[in-house]
Amino acid sequence: MPEDRKTPQLDELEKGPWPSFVTEMKRAAAKNPAADDLLGLLERSYEDKIGHWKHGGIVGVRGYGGGVIGRYTDLPEEFPHLKEFHTMRVNHPSGWFYTTDALRTICDIWEKHGSGLTNFHGSTGDIIMLGTTTDELQPTFDEFSEAGFDLGGSGSDLRSPSCCVGPARCEYACFDTLDMCYDLTHEFQDELHRPMWPYKFKIKMSGCANDCVAAIARADCSVIGTWRDTIIIDQDEVKAYAESGLNIQRAVCDKCPTRALEFNAETKELTVIPEDCSRCMHCINMMPKAIQPGKEKGATILLGGKSTIVKSAFMSWVIVPFMKMEPPYTEFKDLIRRIWDWWDENGKTRERLGELIYRVGMGTFLREVGLPPVPQMVFRPRANPYVFWQEDEIKK
Amino acid sequence: MAKIDIGPPDYRKFLPPVIKENYGKWKYHELVRPGVLKHVAQSGAELYTIRVGSPRLVSVDFIRDICDIADQYCKGYLRFTSRNNIEFLTDDAAMVEPLIEACRAKGLPVGGTGRSLSNIVHTQGWIHCHTPASDASGIVKAVMDDLYEYFGRDDLPAKLRIAMACCLNMCGAVHCSDIAILGVHRTPPVINHEIIQKGAEIPSLVACCPTGAIRPDPKNKSVAVKEEKCMYCGNCFTMSPGMQILDAQNDGIAILVGGKVSNARSAPSFSRLVIPFLPNNPPRWPEVTEAVRNIVETWLTHARTGERMGEWIERIGWERFFTLTNIPFSDKCIDDYIFSRETFRTSAAFKY
Repeated sequence: MPEDRKTPQLDELEKGPWPSFVTEMKRAAAKNPAADDLLGLLERSYEDKIGHWKHGGIVGVRGYGGGVIGRYTDLPEEFPHLKEFHTMRVNHPSGWFYTTDALRTICDIWEKHGSGLTNFHGSTGDIIMLGTTTDELQPTFDEFSEAGFDLGGSGSDLRSPSCCVGPARCEYACFDTLDMCYDLTHEFQDELHRPMWPYKFKIKMSGCANDCVAAIARADCSVIGTWRDTIIIDQDEVKAYAESGLNIQRAVCDKCPTRALEFNAETKELTVIPEDCSRCMHCINMMPKAIQPGKEKGATILLGGKSTIVKSAFMSWVIVPFMKMEPPYTEFKDLIRRIWDWWDENGKTRERLGELIYRVGMGTFLREVGLPPVPQMVFRPRANPYVFWQEDEIKK
Repeated sequence: MAKIDIGPPDYRKFLPPVIKENYGKWKYHELVRPGVLKHVAQSGAELYTIRVGSPRLVSVDFIRDICDIADQYCKGYLRFTSRNNIEFLTDDAAMVEPLIEACRAKGLPVGGTGRSLSNIVHTQGWIHCHTPASDASGIVKAVMDDLYEYFGRDDLPAKLRIAMACCLNMCGAVHCSDIAILGVHRTPPVINHEIIQKGAEIPSLVACCPTGAIRPDPKNKSVAVKEEKCMYCGNCFTMSPGMQILDAQNDGIAILVGGKVSNARSAPSFSRLVIPFLPNNPPRWPEVTEAVRNIVETWLTHARTGERMGEWIERIGWERFFTLTNIPFSDKCIDDYIFSRETFRTSAAFKY
């Protein structure tokens, strides 16, 4: 660090009990001049109350259209090591599981070729390698590839799919989220690495309706585990919960959104009205030892989730209420390819799938990708009569 | 030449033996104490998870530090959560206490499980983004310092999920969070005709505006902005650097509350805007930390056990929320964008 580098504002963020990113930046700065310049640049932003990064230019590695985000500061004279400070996205393993050997390998490569600063992880799920020069991109990639790691997505392509911890550690998982994430990511390497669509596309897999990867809020295609039959209740464990002091009536039955549960306070038995249950997960969350998802497991497919820009935030909506989710996931892959083709054909630049469906209507979408309309797709039917009738539905 | 398209490594080689042996055969789990989960398999095998907060933006030496801990107590196995927490994984109950001590010694907070505040998911902010209205890491650090105790306690009414995005591109997808801290611009783009003449595709630039505020300006071979139609989303700035949206004087923070992604009890819901603007006041954004604390503490005082922020507000009514929190309601809280009408109260029943 240059002797005269002063960061009084950032120093304030080394105080307090939560671990400090400024401390981390200083650790990296002690070894790397770009990380040190980054401290200086951030301090400047804190003074100016404005960002000091220009729009990305096109940089990358051979054979890839995405995976690297070009970044250049608008103050290159003052911060020469940030003249080029590109981000590399490295595709994370399913469920973000690692051995320390794998993590140390990543650290060694990044210390050699980049700033030594990372995000574990970026919002989409990738390992973010924060800051290197154009010349270092290819050697960095080569070493990652040699070590068994590949780039994630960026730009108008499939972004790195991500999933919850799934059957690796969760009794709620209704399908193998980790396997499906791994399988799809490998199946769609071309879509992931070579941007060719109107805009980005995200797929996220959650093993149950608790949705721990926020698939419904963030993914254009959200795959959320569910079951078709009925929850399984272990009455002995129900009694044990009752005896341990859980107020089953109040905390479980009264909170059931469809009033599908009945608790007999005398016999301490819990019963479900199967056709009334909407599989929301509340009772299972409250009594994981006593209640399990049913046996006929699979997933609900929802489409359209995205953040605010441009036409407001959308949450994904149901397009297939139940699909078996087993390798090699052929039914899902066929469907998603049909959807991509349709989006690619009809979408405008920077129009996410959900916005396109909203623009042309669900009826058109369902007809053109060949999906049957079912009542599970809507909270309630339309309140107006302005139906777009098809030609073959009208007498000539 | 290095191999391309090899895809991510096979997660199976990173799973600890206890997980490999009991994969898909977990029976139940218990919340042992804040930050510690115990999963029990059908075989009777036990897996302990110790959840630890991280600042997300970390040096490789930080990763090596946590690797040292994992080597010493977890046979070299660990994972990360979707909220930037680290999870140490061990089948040895005797390792739990020493591991927690080792984390404490490194200044790593243990918590974030069950009915607690988990880590804040966030974006890059001034660290590395080209469209930010604010920093992200700095606000997150300030808010987590301020709410630190709630990370290590699991007796809140329900879980508490806070998210921060430095602009409404919202890479961090804050829009379904109990509390969303969002960077906002408040002024129309300042046009640099030279940059647009050189590099912009004018039809795309015109088409990208969601409110139709941008029109071609053939005289300048550029575009013009109808300022009263602009709602400062910055979509045009992403299309062209000639549409400068950053404004040091006027950019700042909005606060939205009451969203969730889980389907439990009620449908997933969006966060709703309750504070339209707070100033960027680095390094500690006191107005933001105070506003967030006020909302959290009001929820703690008034919510019933089991109620997420949004469930509590929907029960008492948004009008009561504004009263209880003393947050001033203004026309800026009333939607006037595409899906506004469904938020108007088409009912004569309400509270004061």
